Amino acid sequence: MSDSAPVLSARDLRRDYPMGESPVHALRGVSLEVAAGDYVAIVGPSGCGKSTLLNLLGAIDRPTGGTVAIRGEPVERLSDRERTRFRLLHIGFVFQRFYLMPALTAGENVELPLAEAGMSRAERKARARELLTYVGLGARVTHRPTQLSGGEQQRVAIARALANRPALLLCDEPTGELDAHTGAEMIALFERLNADGTTLVVVTHDEDLAAAAKRVVHMRDGGVVSDTRVR
Amino acid sequence: MLLTLVRASLQRHRLRTALAVIGVGVSAALLLDMVMLASGMRESFRSLLEARGFEIRLTPKGTLPFDTDASIDSAGALMAQLRADSDIVAMSPVLGGQVHVRAAAGSATAVAIGIDPAVQGDYEVRTGRDIAAPDQLVASAEFLRATGARLGDTLRVEGGYDAQMRTVTAERRLVLVGTAHFLYMPANPRAVAMPLATLRALTGARGDPVSLIMLRLRKGAIADSVQAWIAARVPPVTPISTAAALRQVDQRLSYFRQLAFILGSVSLAVGLLLVTTLVTVSVNERLGEIAVMRAIGVATGSIVAQVLAEGVVIMSAGSLLGLGLGLATAHYLNGILSSFPGLPAAIDFFLFQPRDAWVSLGLLAGCGVLAGAYPAWRGASMPIAVTLREEAVA
Repeated sequence: MSDSAPVLSARDLRRDYPMGESPVHALRGVSLEVAAGDYVAIVGPSGCGKSTLLNLLGAIDRPTGGTVAIRGEPVERLSDRERTRFRLLHIGFVFQRFYLMPALTAGENVELPLAEAGMSRAERKARARELLTYVGLGARVTHRPTQLSGGEQQRVAIARALANRPALLLCDEPTGELDAHTGAEMIALFERLNADGTTLVVVTHDEDLAAAAKRVVHMRDGGVVSDTRVR
Repeated sequence: MLLTLVRASLQRHRLRTALAVIGVGVSAALLLDMVMLASGMRESFRSLLEARGFEIRLTPKGTLPFDTDASIDSAGALMAQLRADSDIVAMSPVLGGQVHVRAAAGSATAVAIGIDPAVQGDYEVRTGRDIAAPDQLVASAEFLRATGARLGDTLRVEGGYDAQMRTVTAERRLVLVGTAHFLYMPANPRAVAMPLATLRALTGARGDPVSLIMLRLRKGAIADSVQAWIAARVPPVTPISTAAALRQVDQRLSYFRQLAFILGSVSLAVGLLLVTTLVTVSVNERLGEIAVMRAIGVATGSIVAQVLAEGVVIMSAGSLLGLGLGLATAHYLNGILSSFPGLPAAIDFFLFQPRDAWVSLGLLAGCGVLAGAYPAWRGASMPIAVTLREEAVA
């Protein structure tokens, strides 16, 4: 464990989905603590609860039981409006399918959370260009998602996730839609992000991506079966 | 950013957006035309009656002005009786008839009105001058075209033509001194006006009959009171105040207005349903995007505002299109309806009134907000995690 104060602290998280008379227990009391600057990979077979856990950690779903605190703020106590604002300012999301706004340019996609945070037009344009340059797409600011490759779209998604300097970057299968070469570039980008101070939690099936993390959490049947610091 | 998102969303399916705008435009045009139609006839009738400041019209008992050939006999004595009411400041007697006019270049039969030039309220002189002597007349432009007559010409005017005997009652030589626009006549009338006594002599009238007397009241006089006073003291005539005439018009047009109201409501509802359907389809296509926006921290209010704005933009663009389309349609239809025989040319069926246009556009804009409300609420209230999972599976 890192000596830094935890950015994320989850205690006894449980998530049940109503499914007829017998609910599905997707998470069965998971506890997890992530320190600032850490890089955690969550791995496990399909259906073991990885994405469910990530949704709860990112405050886009509510747990059936347990607590999640980010930077000491218990997010389950926040109202929907407060949680939305909290996600905007403190959590970055990267999805397997990129989920960029197809009608917006790469720059406008990155500007979206900045505009929502109230940043001026000039400032957010400068910030979007800076972020796109950081992920290697400084020359593609005005391109639309359909004009970008899968790897480039995922880089735009990462730039968007970093827009408001979040405390935590949550990634759900970020290399799942990419070929091996592009996946390797993405792994290198995540390492650079972490080296530059970003706290990362990555859900993945990709062994190479998991191997790049500092810590690997194995899950099975809705629970954590091992939590190993590898570097 | 909101505008960027709205523009991007509407541009994504340009043809669909264009069709929606056209659909709303057609609905808006129909709505505007119905609003114009609902009040147009009444307003133009009112302005026609009030054009020359006469507030009461006296007609032979039980008739409407020029509705029949009936006349008010002994008009001089009757007008002397009316002078007892100090509220009446001017009286304009009018006699209707028909004359045959022979000019150097041709001849024509014309509608003739006999008036008192000093107080007449039936025409406006356009060129030349008004009648100042018993042997003068003014005529419509159409009359001049038909006869080839020109200002200053002396015309042979015959009255009381008997078709069987091929005879006329009387003939006069009158000088054409001006061209006039006849306010209460259909478009392009073949009409002349001359002094009352001249027309009486031409038509062989006995006594001093008139078809109509128009009364102008002093400022502040109550027309309905004067009307009641005349009805009680002057039995041979029916007095009709402008307000009473408008009330009768309102009664006769009430079904017409109800029809316009119903058709206008239907067009509004069609526009509302059209935009609601299109915005709903558009939102359903973007449920995943909306869930992502919410996941990355875009507030529900921003998403609702975006969807509402899309509805308002479609409605506003459609309304502007409908404004032009509605005015063009109204102009075309008005041309057809106004040429209906016997109607004064000044009567408009479709009258553009800015207030009504703003009301229509306001209603449409309100419908735009309503149209976006349901899809906006639906899009913004979907559970994020479930929606994303369904999108991923899809």
